Amino acid sequence: MSTAVAETTEIGVVPSFTVTLFVRRFSKEDDLEARWEDFDVTVHGTDRVLDALHKIKWEQDGSLSFRRSCAHGVCGSDAMRINGRNRLACKTLIKDLDITEPIYVEPIKGLEVEKDLIVNMEPFYQAFKDVKPFLIATDKPKAERLQSPEERARFDMTTKCILCAACTSSCPVFWTDGQYFGPAAIVNAHRFIFDSRDEAADVRLEILNDKEGVWRCRTTFNCTEACPRGIEVTRAIAEVKQAILRGKP
Amino acid sequence: MSKPKVHNHQHDVVIVGAGGAGMRAAIETGPHVTTAVISKLFPTRSHTGAAQGGMAAALANVEEDNWEWHTFDTVKGGDYLVDQDAAEILAKESVQAVIDLENMGLPFNRTPDGKIDQRRFGGHTRDHGKAPVRRSCYAADRTGHMILQTLYQNCVRLGIEFFSEFYVLDLIMNTVDGEERPSAVVAYELATGEIHIFQGKSIIFATGGFGKIFKTTSNAHTLTGDGVGIIWRKGLPLEDMEFYQFHPTGLAGLGILLSEAARGEGAILRNASGERFMERYAPTIKDLAPRDMVARAMANEVREGRGAGPHKDYVLLDLTHLPPEVIDAKLPDITEFARTYLGVEPYTEPVPVFPTAHYAMGGIPTNVKAEVLRNNKKVVPGLYAAGECACVSVHGANRLGTNSLLDINVFGKRAGIYAVEYAKKAKHVPVPKDAAQGVLDLLEEMQNSTGTEKIAVLRKELQDTMDKNAQVYRTEESLDEALEVIAGLRKRYKNIQVQDKGARFNTDLLEAVELGFLFDLAEVLVVTSKERRESRGGHFREDYPTRNDEKFMVHSMAYKNGKKIKVDWKPVVITNYPPMERKY
Repeated sequence: MSTAVAETTEIGVVPSFTVTLFVRRFSKEDDLEARWEDFDVTVHGTDRVLDALHKIKWEQDGSLSFRRSCAHGVCGSDAMRINGRNRLACKTLIKDLDITEPIYVEPIKGLEVEKDLIVNMEPFYQAFKDVKPFLIATDKPKAERLQSPEERARFDMTTKCILCAACTSSCPVFWTDGQYFGPAAIVNAHRFIFDSRDEAADVRLEILNDKEGVWRCRTTFNCTEACPRGIEVTRAIAEVKQAILRGKP
Repeated sequence: MSKPKVHNHQHDVVIVGAGGAGMRAAIETGPHVTTAVISKLFPTRSHTGAAQGGMAAALANVEEDNWEWHTFDTVKGGDYLVDQDAAEILAKESVQAVIDLENMGLPFNRTPDGKIDQRRFGGHTRDHGKAPVRRSCYAADRTGHMILQTLYQNCVRLGIEFFSEFYVLDLIMNTVDGEERPSAVVAYELATGEIHIFQGKSIIFATGGFGKIFKTTSNAHTLTGDGVGIIWRKGLPLEDMEFYQFHPTGLAGLGILLSEAARGEGAILRNASGERFMERYAPTIKDLAPRDMVARAMANEVREGRGAGPHKDYVLLDLTHLPPEVIDAKLPDITEFARTYLGVEPYTEPVPVFPTAHYAMGGIPTNVKAEVLRNNKKVVPGLYAAGECACVSVHGANRLGTNSLLDINVFGKRAGIYAVEYAKKAKHVPVPKDAAQGVLDLLEEMQNSTGTEKIAVLRKELQDTMDKNAQVYRTEESLDEALEVIAGLRKRYKNIQVQDKGARFNTDLLEAVELGFLFDLAEVLVVTSKERRESRGGHFREDYPTRNDEKFMVHSMAYKNGKKIKVDWKPVVITNYPPMERKY
């Protein structure tokens, strides 16, 4: 359907086209189990899946529920499964999907569904908190601490995490074992373990050496593929594993 | 709809909003007094995280700089409507604010010798306008993200108690010792539909902006100005609401922000013929002129037929002369936005841009202790505001880039410190028995509505008229048209339809409530814009195109007077800098 693709030089005159979305619906109040519901929506070349969901909510069914805020991939509210892959709805352009087929949208997996595309994020947030995701340092600096550009670069990648849960909820181990810390928590531990200013790497490495820690990772790379921020999640996990074996970052 | 349960909570300090200002305040209050932070979003979803370019502070890490130059730039950038005592505090306390964040763990970019690196930004200059200065401390082009994450991480460290996805919809005031004081806020819990009353000795509003009154905006869907609207409905004044910033470089047609850091790193704005048109408007600092001037220059290029694209309705941001490795190291996110959303490759192609509604300079008036003002002289004891929802006023008629991340840190911290001081000596103000009634009635009316008007249609019509009539260029006529449209929409609002009748995660219901706040704030903005018959900073009246210091060197103070809006004026605090013509 290349005819439907907007020319970048023609902002404002992008052609419209109609797509069908199958959205997974569920309400704890009314439903015993989830069901698919389909909607036809007319969208533009620059529209994202989030725009299509908004069109459904605003024009067809106000009860359709999903989280969203910034709408450009930095707040991490709208991770969902789109055509079987974890993505941010606001970063997925509809024209980039196969629009000759219906688009399937469902909640991320491994977390309890509350309503439609909204899941209970509490277990995910708890795993994040459990890795002590904050700088631990005993020095009392009077000015800024020094850190070389190389030291700063060492953990740059993992500072990009927006806690959207796309990685953790793409992990087959997390789906079957609700106790596993999951990729996002390990990414956030990595961010401090390799920060030259931090003094508690050993504490975090011990936490992640737990039986529900990094060793549960089967390196399936789902998490790296799912990350909307381009973080090489599987590599970060591998670096934490190596640090545990070394006994230091 | 069955009657929702009402829960009661009591804390020393109640903070509404978990963005930068709210969490910076919580870090001050949490260790000393019981604190609740109530937010419509999980904290790291807040829009502070979308800020890109940096945080101003005269660290002088890379070249000579000092807080006095920063103060001057802030005053001049704000077109002299800045309260200069507040600007001095902002600039003086900026250095400590950056050090606080570094010490909390924020991963700033570094210089070769390991210090915090700094870069140029619009309107920040050496020695009172002589040349651009490197004052912005940054973490790639995700400085706001890193601030938000770092503050949340430290709130986790301190065990701060959050109530996420709780929508505060009302502020309860009560009279004690002959004076009206804040007693509690009333919140709607998204997950359950239940009502919570949070009683606090000190209450801090840090609820962010209201960019969703406009169609083209860099703001999040959730920025509907609920906090500012609640204060307004209480009969408290709003200051300088006519001053709204349009950021020059939004992605054309979408409004997604491309940081001024791009121009700080050397990117150039060009019109259709490739001309660097800012040379005509600001010969000294060109593309790094303040945002209001650049946004107007861009709009003017388009109006006079020099816009690019098939409809000549945007200009181009050219980064193609920058080395790709500089783009990757310093501007990775925004160049990805251009690729993702417009399919443009910034290494080789210029990016289509046009001004986007970005930031409210005005808001809830406060003094430099972040105490909310009842009128020009008196405060409301125990009530505080900080961040974009507040007006101190450090931004005056136009905010400089990188001064907002600074504002939330300096005045968020101050709000926290003074809220603790007050809470330690004050008693809780009793909560009236019927405190939740207003919210219960509002929600019941909305949810039982059987009307025919769709929420999204009314919202879009509001946004369309605001973009058309109250944007970069305004006239008496255009503002009157906006008022007429808003009045019509308000009537139709009585006949809306909320389709979701459930109690759980009912965002349909909340969008209806939020729309009411959008109407209120849009109307105040338009009315104050009408009253200010001059052009200054972000407020440009084509029918009064020059600044008029004789009449309008004053802040506007808007009050709700029944269904009418009364506009009063408040003197500007001038310490060292008498108003001068603003040239760059």
